[in-house]
Amino acid sequence: MPNPTATELVEIEINGEKFAGEQGSTILEIARENGIEIPKLCHMDQLEPTGACRMCLVELVDSGKLVTSCTHPAEDGMKVETDNERIHRSRKLNLELLLSNNTEVVDCDSDETRCEFSKLLKQYDVEVESYAGEKRNHENIEDNPFFKLDHDKCILCGRCVRACEEIRGRSAIDFVGRGFDTKIAPPLDRSLTEGTCQFCGQCVDACPTGALTSKMRIEKGDPTQVEKTSTVCTYCGVGCRMNVYTKDGEVVDVAPDPEAPANDIRICSKGRFGFDFVNRDDRLKQPLIKEKDEFREASWDEALDLVSEKLSEIKENHGSNAIAGLSSATCTNEENYLFQKFMRATVGTNGVDHCARLCHASTVAGLVRAFGSGAMTNSIGEIKDADTILITGSNTTESHPVIGLEVKKAVENGADLIVVDPREIDIAKEDATMYLRQNSGSDVAWIMGMIRVILEEGLWDEKFVEARTENFEEMREAAEEFTPDRVEELTGIDKKKLRKAARLYANADRGSILFAMGITQHSHGTDNVLAIANLAMVTGNVGKESTGVNPLRGQNNVQGACDLGALPNVYSGYQNVDLEENQKKFEDLWDVDLDPNPGLTVVEMIREAEKGNVNGMYIMGENPMVSDPDLGHVEKGLENLDFLVVQDIFMTETAEYADVILPAASFLETSGTFTNTERRVQHFDRALEPKGNSRPDWEIISQVSTRMGYPMKYGSADEITDEIADVTPIYTGITAERVANKQGLQWPCVTGDCTGTKYLHKGQFSRGLGKFHALHYREPAELPDGDYPFTLTTGRMYYHFHTRSMTGRSQGLDELVPEAYMEINPADAEALEVDSGDLVRVSSRRGEIEIKAKISDRVPSETVFIPFHFAEAAANRLTNSVLDPIAKIPELKVSAVNLEKVG
Amino acid sequence: MPEINEELRKMQNTYEKILEDLPETRESVIPALQLVQKSRGYLPGDGLEFIADYTDTPLANVYSIATFYSQFYLEPQGEHTVKVCQGTACHIKGANEIYEALLGKLGIAPGEVTPDGKFTLTTVRCLGACSLAPVMMVDDKVYGNQTPDEARDVLDEYRD
Ligand code: SF4
Ligand code: SF4
Ligand code: FES
Ligand code: FES
Repeated sequence: MPNPTATELVEIEINGEKFAGEQGSTILEIARENGIEIPKLCHMDQLEPTGACRMCLVELVDSGKLVTSCTHPAEDGMKVETDNERIHRSRKLNLELLLSNNTEVVDCDSDETRCEFSKLLKQYDVEVESYAGEKRNHENIEDNPFFKLDHDKCILCGRCVRACEEIRGRSAIDFVGRGFDTKIAPPLDRSLTEGTCQFCGQCVDACPTGALTSKMRIEKGDPTQVEKTSTVCTYCGVGCRMNVYTKDGEVVDVAPDPEAPANDIRICSKGRFGFDFVNRDDRLKQPLIKEKDEFREASWDEALDLVSEKLSEIKENHGSNAIAGLSSATCTNEENYLFQKFMRATVGTNGVDHCARLCHASTVAGLVRAFGSGAMTNSIGEIKDADTILITGSNTTESHPVIGLEVKKAVENGADLIVVDPREIDIAKEDATMYLRQNSGSDVAWIMGMIRVILEEGLWDEKFVEARTENFEEMREAAEEFTPDRVEELTGIDKKKLRKAARLYANADRGSILFAMGITQHSHGTDNVLAIANLAMVTGNVGKESTGVNPLRGQNNVQGACDLGALPNVYSGYQNVDLEENQKKFEDLWDVDLDPNPGLTVVEMIREAEKGNVNGMYIMGENPMVSDPDLGHVEKGLENLDFLVVQDIFMTETAEYADVILPAASFLETSGTFTNTERRVQHFDRALEPKGNSRPDWEIISQVSTRMGYPMKYGSADEITDEIADVTPIYTGITAERVANKQGLQWPCVTGDCTGTKYLHKGQFSRGLGKFHALHYREPAELPDGDYPFTLTTGRMYYHFHTRSMTGRSQGLDELVPEAYMEINPADAEALEVDSGDLVRVSSRRGEIEIKAKISDRVPSETVFIPFHFAEAAANRLTNSVLDPIAKIPELKVSAVNLEKVG
Repeated sequence: MPEINEELRKMQNTYEKILEDLPETRESVIPALQLVQKSRGYLPGDGLEFIADYTDTPLANVYSIATFYSQFYLEPQGEHTVKVCQGTACHIKGANEIYEALLGKLGIAPGEVTPDGKFTLTTVRCLGACSLAPVMMVDDKVYGNQTPDEARDVLDEYRD
């Protein structure tokens, strides 16, 4: 009896040798699997074949027919020849035909995609001059900041069109016209900026001729001899692996690395076109010391001496806890580890934190309590196989574009998608099966409401609850109060819809929840996260492939910065500082006395600075003067310091307040590891020499520490990677040697020979039993009232990152979105007589800004949205710094504001 | 502002009516293009956008189809369409002079409509009548062996 589940095989003979392949494979696929090269041009592995260019011709021996191997299915018993004189002649003829369609060839022979055509022409001895065809005189496409399409170099292979449609789902370009006049273009002679294009560059990366080329490269004279370095993008938690092309000490171009584990061959606009900031002339290149309110250049020796002297002085006079440090979610694991080690061992305080406090502190607090681990339970690659996805508080397609594409894949594969968000974001409009709009800050109510429905209708997973969890009864009791009527009243979500959504999620086989700051940035953020954990556990949707609870981390290394202990309560690997055995362990390892008391968090540091209890701060790669809530107070806090040292790559809004500025190397100028949102530790190499006199952060920290009497002598970042593996249980197997490849390793990796962990809590939760929590409803701290009648919510947008210190200095990104805006509902806009582009004064109890209105039905009436990236109209002048009592995360997502039209 | 919206809505309603019998799927793109062109004489941008929406097809694909088939016009057309062949044979026999002469006579740029709405003038590649080169075509009728003067006279015949 044949096994019906086994894949059927076919056997074919290629060049006289027999090979087997899966039924349904093309000839080309079987040849490639067996290392037989067949040239191809219009086809790319990731695209559906079209058979357009006929470069992949092979001969069917029996019939003598020439067929295109990229489209022709392999049939059992088939005999194929992949090269002979006849085939060679045909291929050459095809190349000549293609060439007569264009008039210019980019002559290059590196392994970049753009050289494919040029290399084939050489391989087949085609004389370029004699075939170059008639000019078509199409106007080139260059009215966008990022790339150019030069029709004279285009062979109309259509790879760009298919890449845009099949990989990105945008269909921004297509063939236009017919016959000789055909060209690739956006519709209706419009600019790409007016259509569905998102400037992801997938088309550029697909082009085999260089007809599509980034402007950054063109500006550098379109060099064809470039150096390639595989590195990791720093613009979000996905951690896209990408190749950076450099020449003469500058970035020339960027493209996704085809061997990338997290992103496959995709990156977004920021990664593709946003790294020109590294080349900028206004990079900090020399240490600066402030004298009489002016910065002057200084030598490294002078600056480092001053920093160590001042910090030592404060330590002496006011104690170690009068110094606080902000580490950075953009810096490497090694730098974060070293920074917290410096703060703890050298300065002697646990007062070290970083901006994870502002994004996922409540996730870590909540998920550690419920599951025992605060990270994404599943991997990015598992999302597409989930059968039900619940997205809440994550504008996935803008903030994590590659994860957004995976969600779209899941939907294409038939998954149901439920989106719960106060804003009707793109993924809610374009892909959701159900969209529920909750009132800002009412999350505990709708989630517990769903749980109540699930219990009431008997849809819960009794076996899972019984075997794997504790505290269920308490939670069940608490859920009682969330009757559908009450939930509707609190959240604004129609009770029938809530019921339907609850059923949809409860009936999932592989249900995955994705969430981000819409859940975490609340004064009850930890409760929100605990509610999500309750929901997942009650339905048994955790601990399996494609099934779990997935917080999407915002910054490229915010996972790593947390993992490596840039937090006031834990050493690396979440080892609590107030546990005596941990204290002992690190005292022995580091050979120094350590403070057993947890230190101050981000917002607390600023408050204590304002009160004069913190006198000195060391800020590495963070920009609290834009990113933190209630900027008025941040300003006062920083001004009140006796000494502030800022280590950064640019003069940021925060650096302006510094006494000493230490110029740091950018990520392209250092090496190390980042940990992405799916716990994957990825190594990357240095692509460039540090700009000017800047130095890698880890070197600077070591030098300050050594000067302060605690010598740090590391010869390379790798030595720090190994020290991390030594002292951090979840990183045990992640040594410099083992992680020096493109796949990296996903923690927990607790043995020296581990292969990493794809998904968490299989069979058992990290903490043993999963713990339910009884939750009650709490309102946001500040609700709209007569004086401040609107709800303000803040967040990210696609083209910018964090405080724009990088994307604002990327020419193209800045050109595309140069200024702040506020989304306002059409009805509110009409009532205020405001049009898109009009200036509006937005005020809260903490400050006011002026900002341009953008009318949009994404936001409900009486709610406005402002992206927090822009210093000129900083949303954080308005936000509330009230904290979640457990996670100390501020309520950035809900504040009450008033709007007035200006002029 | 409100007036523009008003007009937009009216146009939308018109298209809605034109397409009313077609299923809202991708397969309807070509029939939809035909219907809109029949009703409006050509395919205006807002019509293409409406079709894209209606058939749930990306605008770029709709535009690609509209520009691929010679039966579709993206600009308003005159009552008569004049095409001058620019194929190799015609080119050698001086088709360009004919083309220039007609452009001069009609006082329009290629693809435009004469102010009286009578003519649109374009070029084509080989009308398949090379033995008659140089060739021009008015609507469906082929005129071979033309001189600039003759070609001008032909147009006058259509004037009245
Ligand atoms: S940049 Fe991306 S969205 Fe734009 S045309 Fe190219 S592939 Fe399509
Ligand atoms: S631009 Fe490049 S990818 Fe697109 S059709 Fe032309 S040659 Fe092919
Ligand atoms: S690669 Fe197969 S036809 Fe182009
Ligand atoms: S070239 Fe004019 S009809 Fe053939």
